[in-house]
Amino acid sequence: MTLATPRIRVPRSARVGEAVEIRALMEHPMETGLRQDGGRTAPRDMLQRLTVSVNGALAFQAEFRNGTSANPYHVFFLKLDRTSELVFTWTDEQGRSARAQARVTVG
Amino acid sequence: MNTPLPRRAAIGLLLLALPGAAVAQEDAVAAAIREQVGDTPATEGGITLRAPPVAENGGQVPVTVLVESPQTAEAHVTAIHVFATRNPTPGVASFRLTPLMARAEVQTRIRLAEDQRIIAVATMSDGTVRRTAAELRVTTGGCLS
Repeated sequence: MTLATPRIRVPRSARVGEAVEIRALMEHPMETGLRQDGGRTAPRDMLQRLTVSVNGALAFQAEFRNGTSANPYHVFFLKLDRTSELVFTWTDEQGRSARAQARVTVG
Repeated sequence: MNTPLPRRAAIGLLLLALPGAAVAQEDAVAAAIREQVGDTPATEGGITLRAPPVAENGGQVPVTVLVESPQTAEAHVTAIHVFATRNPTPGVASFRLTPLMARAEVQTRIRLAEDQRIIAVATMSDGTVRRTAAELRVTTGGCLS
């Protein structure tokens, strides 16, 4: 089992210091291990975290617990002072990970 | 095979059990919050939790947490934690924020098993803690179905 391909929405360009809206969606069942499915308990299968780095520095991290919905979707705002490389990494509780990358030209 | 309890005794047990369960749930929420922010007392204000008052689908409830902060190296939000008071387990998510963010705002989607209070707690770079809560209603629960 591999993780799905994440979907991110990042503008291609931005002005220095402006709020840049970032959207990140990851298809994942986020099974808590508490749900009954046809008389059986669906086994736990959860993403553990999402990390977002800007030019190699950690900018934002989400740590998921049972109350996060299936297909985690997050919106947040970055400020960039130069053209930046954004790297998104989702990691599940088995240690598997999926990655997405984007470049924002700032000027 | 259990002998059925007399009706009055059964009602008595139910009355005893309900407050106990509610207290246990409150304890679980308090413990989950303490695990994230320790015993620092939280202040109200400077933190907003936005959510629809009634959510059709408890499996996907959009929630926004916004904390007033310049989000500079000197003064910023370091974390936002979200808790659901009447889910099977209270933890929803923890978000780590940095001065690379334009503002201390996170939008997410959460699961709610039933009508309940949602709590958002933010820790600031000066060590202070802010807290807010919102009552949410759900038409269809989203945890166990």
